[in-house]
Amino acid sequence: MTLILFFEQLLNGIQFGTMLFLMSAGLTLIFGVMGLINLAHGSFYMIGAFSAALIAALTESFWLALLASLAGAAIAGVLIEIIIIRRLYRRDHLDQVLATFALILLLSEGVRWCFGAFPLYLNIPNILNGTVPIFDNIIYSKYRLFIIFMGFLIALGLYILITKTRLGIRIRAGQNDRQMISALGVDISKLYTIVFAIGASLAGLAGAMIGAIQSVEVGMGEPILILAFVVIVIGGIGSIKGALVGSILVGVTDTIGRIFLPELLKLFMEPSNATSVGSSIGSMLIYILMALVLIIKPSGLFGKS
Amino acid sequence: MRKFTTTLGALLVMATSSTFADGHKVKVGMITTLSGGGSGLGIDVRDGFMLAVKGNKNISVITKDDQRKPDIAVQLADKMIQSDKVDVLTGIIWSNLAMAVVPATVNQGKFYLSPNAGPSKLAGKGCHKNYFNVAWQNDNLHEAAGGYANSAGFKNSFILAPNYPAGKDALTGYKRFFKGKLAGEIYTKLGQKDYAAEIAQIRASGADSVFFFLPGGMGIGFMKQFSQSGIKLPVVGPAFSFDQGILKAVGDAALGVKNTSQWSKDIDNGANKKFVSDFKNEYGRLPSLYASQGYDTGKLLISAMSKAKIKDMDKFRDALRKADFSSTRGKFSFDTNHHPIQDIYVREVIKEGKTLTNKIVSVGLKDHSNAYVSDCKM
Repeated sequence: MTLILFFEQLLNGIQFGTMLFLMSAGLTLIFGVMGLINLAHGSFYMIGAFSAALIAALTESFWLALLASLAGAAIAGVLIEIIIIRRLYRRDHLDQVLATFALILLLSEGVRWCFGAFPLYLNIPNILNGTVPIFDNIIYSKYRLFIIFMGFLIALGLYILITKTRLGIRIRAGQNDRQMISALGVDISKLYTIVFAIGASLAGLAGAMIGAIQSVEVGMGEPILILAFVVIVIGGIGSIKGALVGSILVGVTDTIGRIFLPELLKLFMEPSNATSVGSSIGSMLIYILMALVLIIKPSGLFGKS
Repeated sequence: MRKFTTTLGALLVMATSSTFADGHKVKVGMITTLSGGGSGLGIDVRDGFMLAVKGNKNISVITKDDQRKPDIAVQLADKMIQSDKVDVLTGIIWSNLAMAVVPATVNQGKFYLSPNAGPSKLAGKGCHKNYFNVAWQNDNLHEAAGGYANSAGFKNSFILAPNYPAGKDALTGYKRFFKGKLAGEIYTKLGQKDYAAEIAQIRASGADSVFFFLPGGMGIGFMKQFSQSGIKLPVVGPAFSFDQGILKAVGDAALGVKNTSQWSKDIDNGANKKFVSDFKNEYGRLPSLYASQGYDTGKLLISAMSKAKIKDMDKFRDALRKADFSSTRGKFSFDTNHHPIQDIYVREVIKEGKTLTNKIVSVGLKDHSNAYVSDCKM
């Protein structure tokens, strides 16, 4: 187990983490501002990927496809917020979970109805194909570096949006006291729609970027949704900073754990058993991490206690 | 006198054939994955099966979606057996679902014809006289991949598969035939799509070849990421990551990859030619190996129905065991544990015009059965 390999795996963990951040930032923002538990967030990830695949097939441009993923998911987000989600803010969390779960089923079957059950083709642009050497001897995928770069760029963008702009002030005010800002004359329902659309489009962008190296298929959002929930619980619900730290923590723990745990077990077990047991424990690691964080800080790393 | 006996004989034949028709209806329960991830496989099996039984008035089929969840598959099976009173169950794609449904089904005196999943347990100690696998035992295609790796001169393979029953069968199958060393062995999470970490391990391992079993969407991600990583090692795998349904999504990254399959659309026999052209006409797409398995399952059922009544289970079972139908694979028979004896081919991914598809390059294993025959006591 060389240092080079460890560093490469660390980069993989960070890359996975930045993708999780795009998902969890929207999720935590929507929960923080509107108090809504949105299980259908993974569906926007899927909608983004399908919009991108559709546009990529029509125009053969990856960059237009990325824009389409943002736009497609944002449009879907606005429509769904106005038609359905808006009615759920005042309901309790159980109703929200039920309604958004129903949305997952509707959207998945809707997408399958439009695009069919077989995965679609979406590939990365030639300019990002292949690898680059970092330092001396670490060979790393250009596209994954691009993902890391985009992730941090968006984190920076969100930071500026929340702290420096008028919209950001309103969002923060909404997080603190919903009734007070509507009493001050802010159009709260428009604010909610905007926040929901931002969350949805971030998820859509993540779906398109990941869809290009994985697969664009129905139901692709649900596995990553579960991880996004783990992230926001670790980071503290409602906190964007928490989502960033939580994402990187989960991404790195998962990647490093699932590779190095089997290697560690091989020192004192038969190799085939070690890989089997090691990968089983490896896939539990992030949940163990979540449990530990909750024991020490019950409201998450950056949550309001 | 002779005239009398012939008339009597003819009457008898007429009488039996008419009762034959009466008691000859068969109700089939098809439980398969029709929604969510992996639904492409279930849809192909269903479409293949329906094509085979199309126009046959004696067969009625109830189709239900298991959503790839074992608990739902079990509920559907109970309902089909108890309230719909089906005679035969079929359709399950995934080994973990098959393990949940098959034992209970066959113990209740129903037949189960597997069009896909063939976990080792059901081929060995857990075999049952009412369980037939029409596709393969899970290890088969991987064994052929191991055999191919030897003939291609690979000495040091890196192998990976998901951590579930069929994944373990896969690596076991490969290792059973592969004579070289292992540069590494990884079990990935079931449903995992990102393989950055595994690909980094492969790069660092010094392997001379990679064997992987990652069915459905899992394989799409792996192939794309592997080709982007710039690692130039030869890749071999079972057909599950290179079937007609997903090649389109993998794109050119799959070109030239060798994969092992019991079926290919260019197997040269009448039954297969008819199947491929009928399937294209009926559904407007090329069939996959899953579709061929569903089709053969339907044809097997029809062949048994022409020999025996379903109510006479012993006779019907004997009729199934004979496998007297023209399979899309050509030569096909059952071993004593009710799993196929068949040729396994090595295919290569090629481009026909703009369509990615497979063509056979050699026969990997001839008349291949499975390693669990002696464990099965029926």
